[in-house]
Amino acid sequence: MFKFIVRRLLAMIPVILAVTFVVFTIMYFTPGDPTNTILGNEWTEDASAKLKTELGLDQSFLVQFFNYTKNLIQGDFGMSYITRAPVSEQLLARFPNTLKVVAGAMLFCVGLGVPIGVFSGVKPYSLFSNFTMVVGLLGVSLPIFWLGLLLILLFSVQLGWLPSSGIDGFASLILPSVALGANYMANIMRTTRSSMLEVIRQDYIRTAKAKGVNARNVVLNHALQNAMMPTVTVIGMNIGALLGGVVLTETVFSIPGTGRLLVEAINKRDTPTVLGCLVIMAVCVAVSNLVVDIVYAYMDPRIKAQYGGGKG
Amino acid sequence: MDEVVKKYTTRKEFFKQYKKKSRLQETWNRFLRNKMAVIGLFIFIFIVLVAITAPIIANYDTEAIKINVPNRLKAPSTEHIFGTDEMGRDIMARIVHGARISLVVGFASVALALFIGGALGAIAGYYGGKIDDVIMRCMDVFLCLPDVLLALAIVAAFGTNLVNMTIAIGLSFTPKFSRVVRSAVMTVRGIEYVEAARAIGSTNTHIITNHVLINCFGPIVVQVTLYVASAILTISALSFIGLGIQAPIPEWGNMLASGRAYMRDHAYIVMAPGLAIFVTILSLNLLGDGLRDALDPRLK
Repeated sequence: MFKFIVRRLLAMIPVILAVTFVVFTIMYFTPGDPTNTILGNEWTEDASAKLKTELGLDQSFLVQFFNYTKNLIQGDFGMSYITRAPVSEQLLARFPNTLKVVAGAMLFCVGLGVPIGVFSGVKPYSLFSNFTMVVGLLGVSLPIFWLGLLLILLFSVQLGWLPSSGIDGFASLILPSVALGANYMANIMRTTRSSMLEVIRQDYIRTAKAKGVNARNVVLNHALQNAMMPTVTVIGMNIGALLGGVVLTETVFSIPGTGRLLVEAINKRDTPTVLGCLVIMAVCVAVSNLVVDIVYAYMDPRIKAQYGGGKG
Repeated sequence: MDEVVKKYTTRKEFFKQYKKKSRLQETWNRFLRNKMAVIGLFIFIFIVLVAITAPIIANYDTEAIKINVPNRLKAPSTEHIFGTDEMGRDIMARIVHGARISLVVGFASVALALFIGGALGAIAGYYGGKIDDVIMRCMDVFLCLPDVLLALAIVAAFGTNLVNMTIAIGLSFTPKFSRVVRSAVMTVRGIEYVEAARAIGSTNTHIITNHVLINCFGPIVVQVTLYVASAILTISALSFIGLGIQAPIPEWGNMLASGRAYMRDHAYIVMAPGLAIFVTILSLNLLGDGLRDALDPRLK
């Protein structure tokens, strides 16, 4: 198992480098002169040239990229064009908020989606199951930002139960997590349901029942483990989408997170900050893919057996 | 035997009962039996018709664009079914015209993604080996960025207008299509008629376009339907955060964004545009799911 993890970790490095390269290239071709943004009214040809040398903008594309990556490895994301402070400072301040929202959403969609999916998969034609199917269908089609607005209207404007913006305390996390997670909860629920349906029909489940294992045990110990594989895949694929959606959630709920920072930076043409946000998000996606792979390996005995004789 | 033949006046009619229905016909019949899918199809046709007839339903310049301050923030009434927005414009008119943008950009971006991603996927799937490795590893890199973020980066770099939006969304969907087409091609590649075509000396390009891709049609159509839905969602999402279609032009996402400030006292202002996005995406999802089930009955 250790070997597997190390191998996946090493495989992550080129991917992150490549993503950085792609994002860097896109941003490099941004039209316009960044010195205009930085100097504003004080722009003169001399000042601009001086600043360009200072920032290394007069060097060739490859040199610039090389320098950027070199600094990146040391945790230096460059200087913001607008605030003149290191980008990493802002990222450090903002990123925990994003993490909280994403974690909340994950908790919501896995914690609710999996059990509901299992229940409705075990009893496929019950009223409950049909109801969850309809909810699931509507849920996958709901735009995050609209759901967010509706939640604010209901729970903070009408009922006054929960705060509509900002981030302090647990209560302020509920609405953003639900808004962000709803789509994926529906997705996870549908996947769990259909794989549960498939597994529950198989021979070994019948055998277990025939042996006299009680129904609860059959579902939890025999069926669930196999039924969870597609769900884990869906969860893994959705982490990326959650991180994309966080930009919207943070906009709706005015949460000072990485997503909001990214949008602000784009509006102000603050390229280093934009780059920093995108790189951080990409690293998050890569890391969470890795985690999903490891979980997958733990759950699938075939992968486990491949690395280190069954027990690993 | 004689009796049997007599029952049918001609030989043609006799054999008709044994004639296998074409695969397309069978698929279509299966699709029609799926009520939800048919509902989705109808809703979607309705939306397309609305988009086409938008200029007849409401005048673009006078009703959807022109600011009419005395008329602002009127609640829904017979005159304005969905009410008026903060600048006194009829929300219905704006939604109807917004449908055009969503549909055009949605389909155009998916077409772009299908063209580039499809070509790359077909090449990777058909040739396999090193070519496959190189193409797919490149696509994996793009998949590391959530598509909203990739689209954001492209729009951020090149500016927000219709063409850039289409390109941005199209490129951000490209890796997904390359995967879909690749796996579809890989399943068809080994079938005998492809080998037969190769045996009679067809060129690879000819085989890919005329034999392989034609037979991958099913899964590709399903994915196109579902991705048009996500493209439409992405357009409105980008517009909502202010990096998509810009203000006076009516687009569902930017209508939500501008209505947001007034929603506390005028909740209806965010209802109609959101509902428009929701219903469009729902109809496409229903349609896509229905097509998938109809094309592959085993999946159900």
